[in-house]
Amino acid sequence: MKNNLLVVPVILPLFTAILIFLISNIKFQKLLSFVSTTFCLATALYLTKQVSVKGIQTLSLGDWPAPFGIVIALDLFSGIMLILTMIVSLAALIFSFKTIGSERENYFYYAFFQLQIMGINGALITGDIFNLFVFFEILLIASYILMALGGKPYQLQETTKYMIINMVSSVLFLVGVAVLYSTLGSLNMADLSVKVGKAGDQGILKVIAVIFMIVFGIKGGLFPLYFWLPRSYHAAPSAVAVLFGGLMTKVGIYAILRVYTLIFAPTLSSINNIILIIAGLTMFLGVMGAVAQMDFKLLLSYHIISQVGYMIMGLGLYTPLSITGAIYFLIHNIIVKSCLFLISGIAEKLRDTTDLKKMGGLMATDPSVAYIFLIAGFSLAGAPPFSGFFGKFLLIRAGLEKGSYLIVFVSILVSFFTLYSMTKIFKYAFWGTAPENVKKVQHNHYFGLVLPAACLALLTVFIGLNTEWVYSYVNSAAYQLMNPDLYIQAVLGG
Amino acid sequence: MEFLMALVVGVFFAVSIYFMLSKKLLKVVFGTLLISHAANLMLLTSGGLKGEKAPILSDGSTLSYADPIPQALILTAIVIGFGVTAFILVLTCRLYKTFATDDLSILRGEANEK
Repeated sequence: MKNNLLVVPVILPLFTAILIFLISNIKFQKLLSFVSTTFCLATALYLTKQVSVKGIQTLSLGDWPAPFGIVIALDLFSGIMLILTMIVSLAALIFSFKTIGSERENYFYYAFFQLQIMGINGALITGDIFNLFVFFEILLIASYILMALGGKPYQLQETTKYMIINMVSSVLFLVGVAVLYSTLGSLNMADLSVKVGKAGDQGILKVIAVIFMIVFGIKGGLFPLYFWLPRSYHAAPSAVAVLFGGLMTKVGIYAILRVYTLIFAPTLSSINNIILIIAGLTMFLGVMGAVAQMDFKLLLSYHIISQVGYMIMGLGLYTPLSITGAIYFLIHNIIVKSCLFLISGIAEKLRDTTDLKKMGGLMATDPSVAYIFLIAGFSLAGAPPFSGFFGKFLLIRAGLEKGSYLIVFVSILVSFFTLYSMTKIFKYAFWGTAPENVKKVQHNHYFGLVLPAACLALLTVFIGLNTEWVYSYVNSAAYQLMNPDLYIQAVLGG
Repeated sequence: MEFLMALVVGVFFAVSIYFMLSKKLLKVVFGTLLISHAANLMLLTSGGLKGEKAPILSDGSTLSYADPIPQALILTAIVIGFGVTAFILVLTCRLYKTFATDDLSILRGEANEK
């Protein structure tokens, strides 16, 4: 199905960013970015509804036919990701109104924020592997700027490392594209999928598959490649950390799921044990890092790594149920992780520190923040009424059905440690006595701080209570991923 | 010809990785510059180096034309690389002004230590 609206999630943030560069009034910049992001969210909802009714939507740019021109395609998985991206962006945007400070606003913070959204949206809807590279570069360049903006020594130091690592991973991406092109002679993902099917199980395809695993593994924070993640996210200001922690790694995971189910599906059977081992180690070492930390943001950053392992576990098992579980977990995790990062931002604003030992007493001074954290923390650990439980339930059940008991054991163990580290945050930051001379936040200020976190916490409760309804969408998204013929037919037209 | 290019690409990668393993920040930055050129050369080689003519169909035969796609890809990659390089040079400059050192073994530590 052809649909011209598909360009809106990419074009709209781009034009908003350009307009913001031209306008010097900060209030107007805020209004413009808010309106644009809300409109983008509405478009994402509308497009995903259309996908669920009419099937995969595509658009050939410039009307060049599919394998030759650039195609953008939206299936249910990318539609769901698009909605979540816009929800988290909106929450982070509202949060940054109150916290980001005029020194960053004066240097076009909101413009780079929009460019970041553009990069993420583009990476989600593109149907061309080289375009995926370009959009990854856009979102990375925007993220370098957002991370360095403000120019504190620690920020500069960590941004440089983050940038060098990501430049190397981009080069590897380019090498992967080069080898893929010389082997199969195409860059369109649907076309590649057809050609891989014809080429059979060649050794070189496995090499390419592993190159892409390394590239997206660096971006997503998989086991041997996650070392850059905690420090970088720690260095970023809170509102930016929400965007990074909620979305950036997940775009890497999205790319892994997309590329592996669509292009490298035939090679998956020979490397899925390796993927499972990576998933287990990512989960376990991530949560061990979290348990050892005494800093709110660092602890959450290590949790990102741990949770990424669950999603990769879904890919490693590679059954319809496990892919469903992985997508469900991805939805849950984006919402909850952003919510937790928002709370760490609020706590930082209230106490002027991220060190857990110096916080204390938030329960007494700010009970609403404490209750939101309680919901999000339990949801992350996987307690029943919230969304985290059902994601883990689906994955563990898929693991048991496949007979991979070891990974199931690891994932349950990791849940336990997750709960432990959440109680640790609760004990140090929310219980205890507040340090002296705590500054009071004005009441009207307070609302803007807590609102986005409260909305996201409500969303995790909503998803947990309406699992059946969400599951029906997730299930058909997984069905589309497991049957690449649907995607190929939509893009190449039969 | 492809074999020769493969050697060139290999040497480029080796040199840039050697640079990147250095402790001096500027050498690391040069390493990232070189490695992106290595990837560009690899892209150029990936389409095959046989064609000599520009890829404009005039006489109907398609045998001796150069593959235009890798060239288009390289153009994009060079532009992106240019932007990223400009940014990392400025960032390194700021870093050097702030810390007065380019030794990466000093540029580490927690936020609260600064």
